[in-house]
Amino acid sequence: MTGHEKRGFVVVGLMFGAVAFLPLLDSGVWLSLGVDLAMYTVLATAWTLFSDPTHYISLATAAFFGLGMYVVGGGVELLPFPVLVLLAAIGGVAVSAIIGLATLRISGVYFVIFTLGLAELIRQIVAWVQTTMGRSSGLYVLTNITKPMIYWQLLALAALVYLIGWWIGRSRLGFALRIIGSDEVVAVHSGIDTARAKVLLFIISGTIASIIGAILAPRWTYIEPTIAFSPMISFLVVIMALLGGAHRLWGPLVGVIPFYMLWGLISAHFPNQTMLVMGVAFLLIVYLIPNGVVGLIEKSTHRLKRGDG
Amino acid sequence: MAGDLVLSVSDVTKTFGGLVAVDALSFDLVEHEVLGLIGPNGSGKTTMMNLISGALKIDSGRIHLYDQEISRSPARVITRMGVARTFQIVRMLPSLTVIESVSAGGVFGHHQRWGRELEDYARGPLARVGLDGAEHTPVTALTYIDQKRVELAPVLVSDPRVLLLDEWLAGLNPSELKTGIFLVEALPAEGRTIIVVEHVMDAIRSLCDRCVVMNSGAKIAEDAPTDVLADGEVIRAYLGDDDA
Repeated sequence: MTGHEKRGFVVVGLMFGAVAFLPLLDSGVWLSLGVDLAMYTVLATAWTLFSDPTHYISLATAAFFGLGMYVVGGGVELLPFPVLVLLAAIGGVAVSAIIGLATLRISGVYFVIFTLGLAELIRQIVAWVQTTMGRSSGLYVLTNITKPMIYWQLLALAALVYLIGWWIGRSRLGFALRIIGSDEVVAVHSGIDTARAKVLLFIISGTIASIIGAILAPRWTYIEPTIAFSPMISFLVVIMALLGGAHRLWGPLVGVIPFYMLWGLISAHFPNQTMLVMGVAFLLIVYLIPNGVVGLIEKSTHRLKRGDG
Repeated sequence: MAGDLVLSVSDVTKTFGGLVAVDALSFDLVEHEVLGLIGPNGSGKTTMMNLISGALKIDSGRIHLYDQEISRSPARVITRMGVARTFQIVRMLPSLTVIESVSAGGVFGHHQRWGRELEDYARGPLARVGLDGAEHTPVTALTYIDQKRVELAPVLVSDPRVLLLDEWLAGLNPSELKTGIFLVEALPAEGRTIIVVEHVMDAIRSLCDRCVVMNSGAKIAEDAPTDVLADGEVIRAYLGDDDA
C-alpha cells in the first residue's frame, strides 16, 4: 500500500466516523435524508462498479433491490433479520449469475433493453404470485429495527462497497475490465475470459443492490411490486452515477447529493411532471457534463496545477 | 528446414455466406521459422490469421499448435497457449497509458505476471520498440507509428511461442521499416515462430524463410520468397494475365 493510499484510507475512515454520528444529533428529517442519501450512494456506486468499466448500461437495479425487499418481506415473521439479509444476498448472487450468463453475450442497446424488460418481468411475476396466492397486493414488514440501525447498516455496506471497489481497481479483474471496456477484441486476444469477468462484476453489483433492498424493507414497512421494483429506482441510479462521474469510485457520491435534493424539490413542486423533468435532467447531464461533476473537478484542478507550474 | 512442427494448418475452410474466404488451405510451420503469408488484397490472408488466433471459427479442417488441436478453442485459450497477434488495423486501448497497454499482454496471456514484476518486465519490450520514456503517456496521444510500436510490445510481453503479425510493417517510412525488420528478425532466435502477412516486398525478402501465396482463399504457391515471387501464377494473381 502506498503512502497516498494510506492517506486516502485515513480520510475516508474519518469521514465515515463523522457521518456515523448523525443519528445521535437528529432522528427526524435529517436522519431520513441521511438514509435516502446512503441508499442511493451505495446503489449508484454498486452500479458504477459494473457499468463504468464494461460500458454496459444496466437498468436492472430495481430487480435486485426489489428481490432483496421481498426476501425480507416474505420471511420477516419466520426468520431473524440477519438471516434474511444473508438470504437476500444469496438470492442476489443466484439471480445476477443467471441474468449475467444469459445476457452478457449481447451488448449495447440490446443489453439495456433486456435489463429493463427483465426488471419488469420480475415485477409482474411477483405481482401475479402475490395476487393469486396471497390476500393482498402488498406485504407488511413490521420489525423493531429502528431508523438509526438502518442508517448504520447502510454506512457499513457503503464502507464494504468502497473496499470492494478499491480492491477491484488494483486487481487483475479490474485491469481486465478496463481492457474489455476499451476493446473487447483486444481483450480476448490478451487471454482475458471476458464473459467471466463481466459476470463476476455483474454478480457483485447485483448482490449489493439486493442487500440494500433487504436492509431498507423494515424502513418502508409496506412493500408492493410497483414500489419495490419501480423502474424509477433504476433510472435514478443511472442518472446519479453519471452526474457524479462514473469513472471514479467516489463519483456517484457527488452525484447523489445534489440530484437527490433537486429531485425532492421537483417532486414537491411538479408532482405531475417528474418524469419529464427527469428526462430533461438526463439529457442535460449527458450533453453538458459527460464526465460528471468529478470530471469537472479534475479538469479545473488540472488547469490550476498547469497554471501554477 | 529441419525442426519441430509448431503450427500445422490442414485443409482449413471458411466461408462467409456464399463467399469462400479460405479454401481448403494447408501449411506447416517449424520452430524458429518466419513464414510469409502473401497474396493480393482480398485473398483471405487476414481471415486465415483470424482463424488461427481464434477470432473467427473455422468451418472445416484442423489447426494444431504442437500436438494440441486449437481449431475449436476460443481466442483467449489460444492466446494463453502462446499464440499472440497484432491487428491489421491498429487497435489501441484508449483509456490506458503506454505502460498499461504494454503490460496488458502479460497479465492473462501465455506467460502471466503481475504487479512490480510485470511492470519491470514490460519495460524491456517497451524499450525494444523504442518507446522508453513514454510509459505514462496516454496511448491516444501517440502518433500512428508509435501506436504500431506499442502494438508489438504487449505481444512480446506475453512471451509467445507463435506470433501473428498482420501487416505490422505497413505504413512505415524506409528508415522505420528498417528498424521494424530488424526488430522482427531478432525474434526467431528467442525461440519464437512467426507468420507475417505483408505487402512490403522488401520485408518479405529479408524476413521470410518461406512464403505461402494465397489467391481467392486457396494456396497457389509455397516456396522460398525469391522463388515464389518469380512464379508465373503468383505474378498472374497479383498483376493479371498480360504481365505473366
